[in-house]
Amino acid sequence: MATATTPAPAGATTKPTTFAAALNTAMSDAMEGDRSVCVFGEDVGTLGGVFRITDGLTQRFGANRCFDTPLAESGIAGMAMGMAINGMRPVIEMQFDAFAYPALEQIFSHIAKTANRSRGRVRLPMVIRIPYGGGVGGVEHHCDSSEAYYAHTPGLKIYTPATVSDAYLMLREAIDSPDPVIFFEPKKLYWTKEAVDLSALRTQYEAAANDESAPAAGVGAEGRAVVVREGTDVSLISYGPSVSTALKAAAAAAEDGISAEVLDLRSIVPFDDAALEATVTKTGRAVVIAEAQGFVSVAAEIVARIQERSFHSLSSPVKRVTGFDIPYPSPKLEEHHLPSVDRILDALDELQWED
Amino acid sequence: MTSETRDGTPIQGSHIKETSSSFGITPEQYMLPAAQQIRMLGPDGQLIAEEAQGTSPGHEYPIPEDDALLAAYEALVVGRRVNDQNYALVRQGRLAVYPSSHGQEACQVGAALALGTGDWMFPTYRDTVATITRGVDPLEVMVSFRGDWHCGYDPLDYKISAMSTPLTTQLLHAVGVAHAAKLRGEDTVVLAMCGDGATSEGDFHEALNFAAVFEVPVVFFVQNNGYAISVPLSAQTAAPSLAHKAIGYGMAGEQVDGNDMVAVLATLRRAVELARKNSMPLLLEAITYRMQAHTNADDDSRYRESAEVEQWKQRDPLLRMRTFLTERGVLDSDAETRISGKAEEVAAALRLAMTTEPDMDPLEIFDHVYAAPTAQLREQRAKLADELERSQEG
Repeated sequence: MATATTPAPAGATTKPTTFAAALNTAMSDAMEGDRSVCVFGEDVGTLGGVFRITDGLTQRFGANRCFDTPLAESGIAGMAMGMAINGMRPVIEMQFDAFAYPALEQIFSHIAKTANRSRGRVRLPMVIRIPYGGGVGGVEHHCDSSEAYYAHTPGLKIYTPATVSDAYLMLREAIDSPDPVIFFEPKKLYWTKEAVDLSALRTQYEAAANDESAPAAGVGAEGRAVVVREGTDVSLISYGPSVSTALKAAAAAAEDGISAEVLDLRSIVPFDDAALEATVTKTGRAVVIAEAQGFVSVAAEIVARIQERSFHSLSSPVKRVTGFDIPYPSPKLEEHHLPSVDRILDALDELQWED
Repeated sequence: MTSETRDGTPIQGSHIKETSSSFGITPEQYMLPAAQQIRMLGPDGQLIAEEAQGTSPGHEYPIPEDDALLAAYEALVVGRRVNDQNYALVRQGRLAVYPSSHGQEACQVGAALALGTGDWMFPTYRDTVATITRGVDPLEVMVSFRGDWHCGYDPLDYKISAMSTPLTTQLLHAVGVAHAAKLRGEDTVVLAMCGDGATSEGDFHEALNFAAVFEVPVVFFVQNNGYAISVPLSAQTAAPSLAHKAIGYGMAGEQVDGNDMVAVLATLRRAVELARKNSMPLLLEAITYRMQAHTNADDDSRYRESAEVEQWKQRDPLLRMRTFLTERGVLDSDAETRISGKAEEVAAALRLAMTTEPDMDPLEIFDHVYAAPTAQLREQRAKLADELERSQEG
């Protein structure tokens, strides 16, 4: 377990930076350092992506390194796999969560399995970026939380940052990973700002990545959940877009005299069981919060792991606050679907507080 | 890239324009297949007169040199022996499954021999003989058909991808390999193989489209063996031929007699040469026939008449080539003895290997899922190790 999100060094260079800018800079820093890194997808070139996450990459690195493809997601994923076989490190963009589904056969049957099928001889260092989740007034097919589909498939790594600095650091880490990474970007966070110095983060990341004395695991965020708020009475377990909601709920709960700890998982695969055990052992209560529908979900997996590993530390049944088991609702109704501060507070009330 | 148009004028890749004009024909004449399939040897093994080979301006194919033809014959004989040996091993229960390419060996051999050492091949599950012809040890290829969990050979060493079970997904990987090579300035050609049924899959369309748009040197090689398990080609497509699909993507298509070793090698070689020289994709459709059932689990008497199979026996690629090379004075009895001896050696090695159980370490199933096993996989590995230890003690 990491102790805290990397603090941005104080100083004149620290300025409000968006989540989107952190992702953009992560790609351009990686492209600058490694000619094998290339970026492609639908509208990512001239336009800079529908969310502008790849803005300026074609202009800066040329159309051989950042380019538009025909409108075909299976083609994008399949071609990326071939390029990864042949020495490249592709970073591809799926325009929206639900638009990635045509690529699922490529991802499930090949990208996830090729290392295993080739007995480790063929590695696929590639990143599939997926803007996901709701809360932005998007219409049908633009707001899915599809992480469980991928997390259920062995061979894929699943990252989802919740802060601006993690957006930068985790995308750098994903690009450097020898394994295929599904990189889920909470689209409701794209325009949030934090005081972060990206060039300092770059120096920090590259120093750690190049430090041969450091153990391979333990440098980055992969498999390392982080406690983003300390507490003693209950653990709010979350990831990606729901972390900020969990933090708000923790602040509100504090006013009611409840001390809530908030754990940001950061990577769903690999999963940080040790961090989960540590926080649940400490507080004895847990509420799992995620936007995705709850049935057979990542949230369900987390609850199962808590009960398997930390049952004797629990003072209360574990609760979940998730989306309903329905197709993603219309923009005017999404507020009723998404986990809210009130719904989390209600869940806290429902926990067992007396022995 | 292609020229943009907003007023309805045709978009054409620059290479298509240059190549067709170098042949003195229009882009459409170049992209459409010749009026009849390219054939150089008749069913009787006689060389067909040049004017009857089906060629037309821009669709001409020089006959490969005698050395290359003899090497192809040798690979045909070995390939046929491997097909038949594996078929027998399945019937004896010593091999789990084997999709045989009996009858399609000219396509298999041509695919491997048309490529240079730096080129890549993307085979399907029915392309064992192509894989062997390119140099993979037959025992390595048979690893997965024996029931092991991995593909057996090192794809990077041989520049042959793991044989693909899903249909046409691998064509996109072929496009990606070619694209990466092109971006680095390498002249790698990639041969992407699939069958007739697979051309109905969406990834067939996406792969051909991507290859044409990015102008990468991929030769798409379709072995049209008449059936997708039981479903005939007439139920797959209403196109005039599979080769005709090429023009829809802005690439050249050609149709060849897939049981004519000379024509298969000649057309594939030229396709590879054009792809390399002009950095552009081509589509080649070989008309052939699957002489045996889809696999041992299939019963082909339910969907085709034995008379049809008998008819195709008359066009056997191996016999045609033997007659041709013997009459040409390239194949004598010494060479025939040497080649059949080699085929028997390969078959004997396969039989011997299949008498022993494959050496599998159950714990290795955890080791290659990720570059480094996750904590969860380490836990699961330890659990299985414990189970194995206890079962040995018990």
